[in-house]
Amino acid sequence: MTADLTEVPSGRGVEPRPPVRREPPEEHPKLPLRDRLTRLDVKFTPYLFIAPFFVLFAVIGLFPLLYTGYVSLFDWELGGDEHPFVGLGNYTALLADDQFWNALFNTVSIFVLSSVPQMITAVLLAALLNTALRARTAWRMGVLLPYVASLVALAIIFSNLFGKQYGLINTFLEGVGLSPVDWQGNWFASHVAIATMVNWRWTGYNALIVLAAMQAIPREVHEAALVDGAGAVRRFVSITLPLLRPTIIFVVITSTIGGLQIFTEPKLFDPAGGSGGGFSHQYQTVVLYLYQAGFQDFDLGYASAMAWILFLVVLVIAAANFFLTRRIASTGESE
Amino acid sequence: MPYRSSRWAIALACTAALAASAACGSSGSSGGTTADGKIELTVATFNEFGYEDLLPEYEKAHPNVKVVARKTGKADDHHQNLFTKIAAGSGLSDIEAVEEGYLPQVLSKADKFNNLLEIGPADVKPDRWLAWKSESATKNGSFIGYGTDIGPLAMCYRKDLFEAAGLPSDPAGVKAIFATWDSYFAAGEQFKAKTGDKAWFDSAAQVFNAMVNQEKVGYYDASDKLVVDTNPDLKSDWDKVTAAVAKGQSAKLVAFSNEWNTGFKNAAFATKTCPSWMLGVVEKQAGPENAGKWAVTDAFPDGGGNWGGSFLTVPKQSKHPKEAAELAAWLTAPEQQIKAFTAKGTFPSQVQALTSPALLDQTSAYFGDTKVGALFAEQAKKVPAAQPKGPASGTIQDKVFNSALQAVEQGTSVDDAWKQAVEGAQKAAK
Repeated sequence: MTADLTEVPSGRGVEPRPPVRREPPEEHPKLPLRDRLTRLDVKFTPYLFIAPFFVLFAVIGLFPLLYTGYVSLFDWELGGDEHPFVGLGNYTALLADDQFWNALFNTVSIFVLSSVPQMITAVLLAALLNTALRARTAWRMGVLLPYVASLVALAIIFSNLFGKQYGLINTFLEGVGLSPVDWQGNWFASHVAIATMVNWRWTGYNALIVLAAMQAIPREVHEAALVDGAGAVRRFVSITLPLLRPTIIFVVITSTIGGLQIFTEPKLFDPAGGSGGGFSHQYQTVVLYLYQAGFQDFDLGYASAMAWILFLVVLVIAAANFFLTRRIASTGESE
Repeated sequence: MPYRSSRWAIALACTAALAASAACGSSGSSGGTTADGKIELTVATFNEFGYEDLLPEYEKAHPNVKVVARKTGKADDHHQNLFTKIAAGSGLSDIEAVEEGYLPQVLSKADKFNNLLEIGPADVKPDRWLAWKSESATKNGSFIGYGTDIGPLAMCYRKDLFEAAGLPSDPAGVKAIFATWDSYFAAGEQFKAKTGDKAWFDSAAQVFNAMVNQEKVGYYDASDKLVVDTNPDLKSDWDKVTAAVAKGQSAKLVAFSNEWNTGFKNAAFATKTCPSWMLGVVEKQAGPENAGKWAVTDAFPDGGGNWGGSFLTVPKQSKHPKEAAELAAWLTAPEQQIKAFTAKGTFPSQVQALTSPALLDQTSAYFGDTKVGALFAEQAKKVPAAQPKGPASGTIQDKVFNSALQAVEQGTSVDDAWKQAVEGAQKAAK
């Protein structure tokens, strides 16, 4: 009668035992189908919702990226009957290729000529737009207009303006007694011309991003500085700039990525219409050379190697920019 | 429950849409036969071939054939598509048009195209076309393209500028000037001395290309070997043109650029190498205000030449090569080519078409009512035998040498530019 009780100890002083999991799990009492579906729903639906991005990214982002790396190891001519494996041959050939270094130099030169003035103008423009202007919204919309206009139309109009013999800019220069500039032939002039197109398009866009960040700066900080007797310039340098830092870093990095991949402007700037970037490649950028190698010479292996080197260059320069901007924007104050 | 069922509905709709779009995609690319059992032939052309009325006519005469036209605006895009799909191994049309400038590159992949001597109608032989035209589409005995149009070269010139420089300006009188390249450049010197700021020709590349294409051997020799650095004729042409540039004879305008267009309006140069299709370009760019000032003559320095024109090929990818070849043969028959010429001005390459009254009676009001049809038919017979071309011939001409000559025009030394050209050619041919 009490045997059962002694066999199953219970009560005070007895260690509670966790309930024994019954094996195998199939013996688990079956949940209704509807409940099981609900469980699956809760578990997997979130993944399903974010899947489109990752599936698309895998198909049109990650796969090409990796496949480009694979192709770059072969002597892969488009339409060729066989693709012999050359290992790192394309990379060593590329590093010994004068035209590639020239293209890299042009890219960096155009990038510097466009990004530096563009960032400075964008911040100053944002500061202007942040003041109490009449018809503020109209001004703010206005700076975005160049961004809305078609890039191709823009490039064609600018190429006309920068025409050597009949271009408006040279006509103007001659009109005020200066000598005309060979916007096509001279490498520096051609870089300035292309950088002008980039600046025209992107300055307003970046100014708006900076403006948004500027408006997020708490008014109290400015007021406190005002009470302490800080002038407008001092407040801009000591308050606005440091607090804009994250935004400026963002803008600099996106413009680095975009600037190092510049293609349409130099492509359309060439009156001969090719991908050479001028008659002696004086403004051929890396992407333009990549396009020429891949789709004019059909040397896909070489073009792929170039794409990977460019990828690494963008990474390195973006990282360098990140640290540089962090230093500059913090104006030496420690946090 | 209602919200869940609507979600399933969405998923179902998405799946259906995906399936539908996949179905659309496949029906477009895998041609062959239509639902009602007709043979479907696709014809891919670019720019204007003048086939809009001809294709329905062919369908009417061949009730079992349905023709689908695929037209691309720019020749560049058309050929890039062509080469990509040759590489992909599928997706080409049954008939693919190929422009003369891209022909060497196509010939280097001649094994991807049908030999029309084997699959084409037996009565269509290469002698239907001008000999040089058919020769240029033949490689190792395989004849891969039926000729459509050509661009025989003549000389266009500004009468008013010739008169101002004291040169003869009537079509017969200028023939002595356009007899040889030496006489041409000598007259240019005389012209420069009288007029000062006007140039003799538009761009060095436009003259140089015509000169090189007249040589027996250009960039490649008959065994497909690049001879850019050893061909004395090439170097001599280069020297003559660059010497003329040094004397200010070039207007330094890149052909087909905006500045070049403006150059026509501003009368920046006095002569222009003129293939038949260039007359339309001159008329459009110089505009009505310069009507009657431009003239054309049936003379070209050192003989004749050709710039432009196309071929119809039948890629091996075609599922109905015999039927495609039959259609291509019909489209390029003299009678049809004359209709295309009447529609879009594509100058015929067929021997018999060159005697057609519709061609010979054609005049141009803009060029002082000259009988331009007869004039260019005459020029077509002066074109020398086809020059051997290599796979990179087109790139070497358009990208390498034209750039090098532009560099000379912009102040690079002649020797540096020559070095740039030779190295560029070797790289392009690699």
